[in-house]
Amino acid sequence: MADPSGSETLPIRTSTDVVQVRQAVRRAVTQLGFSLVDQTKMVTAASELARNTLEYGGGGTVRLETLQEGARRGLRLTFEDQGPGIPDVERALTDGYTTGSGMGLGLGGARRLVNEFAVTSEVGVGTRVVIARWK
Amino acid sequence: MERIPILKMGEFLLVTIQVDMHDRLALQLQDDLTNRISQTGAKGVLIDISALDIVDSFIGRMLANISLMSRVLDAATVVVGMQPAVAITLVELGLTLPGIRTALNVEKGMELLRAYAAGVASGGGDGGANVGADGEGADGGPVR
Repeated sequence: MADPSGSETLPIRTSTDVVQVRQAVRRAVTQLGFSLVDQTKMVTAASELARNTLEYGGGGTVRLETLQEGARRGLRLTFEDQGPGIPDVERALTDGYTTGSGMGLGLGGARRLVNEFAVTSEVGVGTRVVIARWK
Repeated sequence: MERIPILKMGEFLLVTIQVDMHDRLALQLQDDLTNRISQTGAKGVLIDISALDIVDSFIGRMLANISLMSRVLDAATVVVGMQPAVAITLVELGLTLPGIRTALNVEKGMELLRAYAAGVASGGGDGGANVGADGEGADGGPVR
C-alpha cells in the first residue's frame, strides 16, 4: 500500500508490472483526494510512461512520491531505465513520432496530462522521466 | 491462459472488458475477436468498456484495430460505455479513435448494430463506407 507521506518504488519488468503501476498510482491519487478526472489523467500518464520504460528502456523502475507544498498536495512519479536512451528528446515528444509499434503518443501525450514534466536521457546510459500532478 | 470472454448473441458478438488488461491480454482479445468474427460470420461486435477506468494509447490502438479488422470481415464494431473521465483524458492524450463508432450504453450500441446489420445505417462519423452501402430496404425489415 502507498504510504501517504512516503515513497515507494516499483519494478517495471513485464506488462503485468505496468498494470501494478497503474493500480499503485490510482491508490496514491485516491488517497490524495484527486478528482476523478485528475486521477484518470495521472493514471493514464503513468500507464504510457511505464510502457515506454518497458518497451523502449528494456525495463526499469518507477518511484511514487507524495508531495506537499504549503496547502498543496501532489504526486510525483520518476520513471528510470538503463536502456539505450533517447537521441533526440524533442523529436520523441512530437505526436506521432515512434520508433516502436506504438502510436507515438506516449511521451507527448503524457506531458499534456500532467502539471510538471521533465525528460533527461543519455544515449547508452538510460532515460529518466519525472512527472508531477497537483491536486 | 487468461482470456476475455466473447459472447455470441444472434448475429452479434459481445465483449465486456471487466479487468485491468495488461498489453498481452489486449492483443489476445484482438486475435480472439478476429477469429470469432471469421468463424461465426458475425455482423457486429459490441465492446463494453464501462468498467475500464482508463484507456491509454495501447488500449485505444487495440480498439481501433478491432474496428478495422472487423470492417474488413464485414462486421461493424461499436464501443459503448466509456466513462466521462476517460473520454476527457483520451482527448487530452491526443487519441481521437478514428474509425471507431461509439454509443453511450449497451442498449444504444445494440440498436446501432441492428441498424448496420439491416443495412439502413448511414454510418455515424467517419469511415462508415461499407455499411449501409445498399441504402434501400429500410422498411423491408432486416431479413438477413
